[in-house]
Amino acid sequence: MVVIWWKKRRGIVCEQAVRLMAGYLDGVLPEADRARLEAHLAECPHCSEHLAQLRIAISAAGHAQPDDLPEKAIDDLVAVFRRWQRE
Amino acid sequence: MDDHQLVERLRGGDEGAFVSLVRQHQPGLLRLAESIVGNRAVAEEVVQDTWLAVCKGADAFEGRSSLKTWIYTILVNRARSTATRERRSEPVDNDAYHGCFDSSGAWATAPVPWSEKVDDEIVARQFAKLVSQVLPDLPDAQQQVLLLRDVEGLPAAEVATLLSISDGNQRVLLHRARCSIRRHLENAMGGEWS
Repeated sequence: MVVIWWKKRRGIVCEQAVRLMAGYLDGVLPEADRARLEAHLAECPHCSEHLAQLRIAISAAGHAQPDDLPEKAIDDLVAVFRRWQRE
Repeated sequence: MDDHQLVERLRGGDEGAFVSLVRQHQPGLLRLAESIVGNRAVAEEVVQDTWLAVCKGADAFEGRSSLKTWIYTILVNRARSTATRERRSEPVDNDAYHGCFDSSGAWATAPVPWSEKVDDEIVARQFAKLVSQVLPDLPDAQQQVLLLRDVEGLPAAEVATLLSISDGNQRVLLHRARCSIRRHLENAMGGEWS
C-alpha cells in the first residue's frame, strides 16, 4: 500500500519533463502525466523557460510563410489547367 | 469561399477557383515537395502533377478532411513515389536532447533564459525569417511534420494520416523539429538580438 502511494506521488526529473512537453503542447497527455509535468514546472525554472522557448519557436514557425508566388508561376499553372480542360 | 464552394466551382471548370487555390497553397506545397524530393525542379514537377490530380479528382473529394489536407495528401503521395524512384536516402534523425541531461536526468547545462525578451513584433518577424532559413537544414521527416503542423496549421491526426506515420511518431518528429528551431532562436538571441 505504501509502495503504491509512493509511486503515485513521486515527481519527475527534468529529462522526463522535457519529453512530456510534446504531448503537453498538443493537449494529449494523460491526466496523471499532465499533473506530474505541471507540478515539476511549478518548481523548475529551467524547464519552465524551456517550455516558454518552445512556445516561441512554435509561434515563429506559424509566421514562417513561404515567399509570395511569382505571377509567372501562376501563369504557367493556368496554362496547364487550360490544356487539361481542352483534353 | 469555403471548401465545398471551391470544389464545386473547380468541378465546373472555373479557372478563377483554380487560381485561388494555387495562390493559397502553391508556396507551401512547393516547400513540402522540395523537402521530400530534395530538388527544386523536381518539386515543381511534382506540384504541377498534384494540381492536375486535384482538377481531375475534384469529383472524388468527399469533404471527410479539409480541402487543404486532401491536396497535401495527394502531393505527399506523388512526391514520395518520385523520391522512391530517384532513391533519395533519408538523413539520420538525431535525438534533439543528446547530451543535454546528466545521469540524474537534470539539465547538464541549464537553458539560457531569453523567452521574456521576446515580446515585440519586430523580433517575432525576424524569428519567422530565421525559421524559414533553417527549415531546409532539418532532417526531412522533421521538416515535413513541422511544415504541416506549425507552418500550415494542419491538425495532428490529419498530418499523421497523410504522412502515413503513427500519431506518436508524428509528435516525436515535431518535438525534435521544434527543439532544433528553439536552439537556432537561442543562438540568435545570444547574437544580434541580445
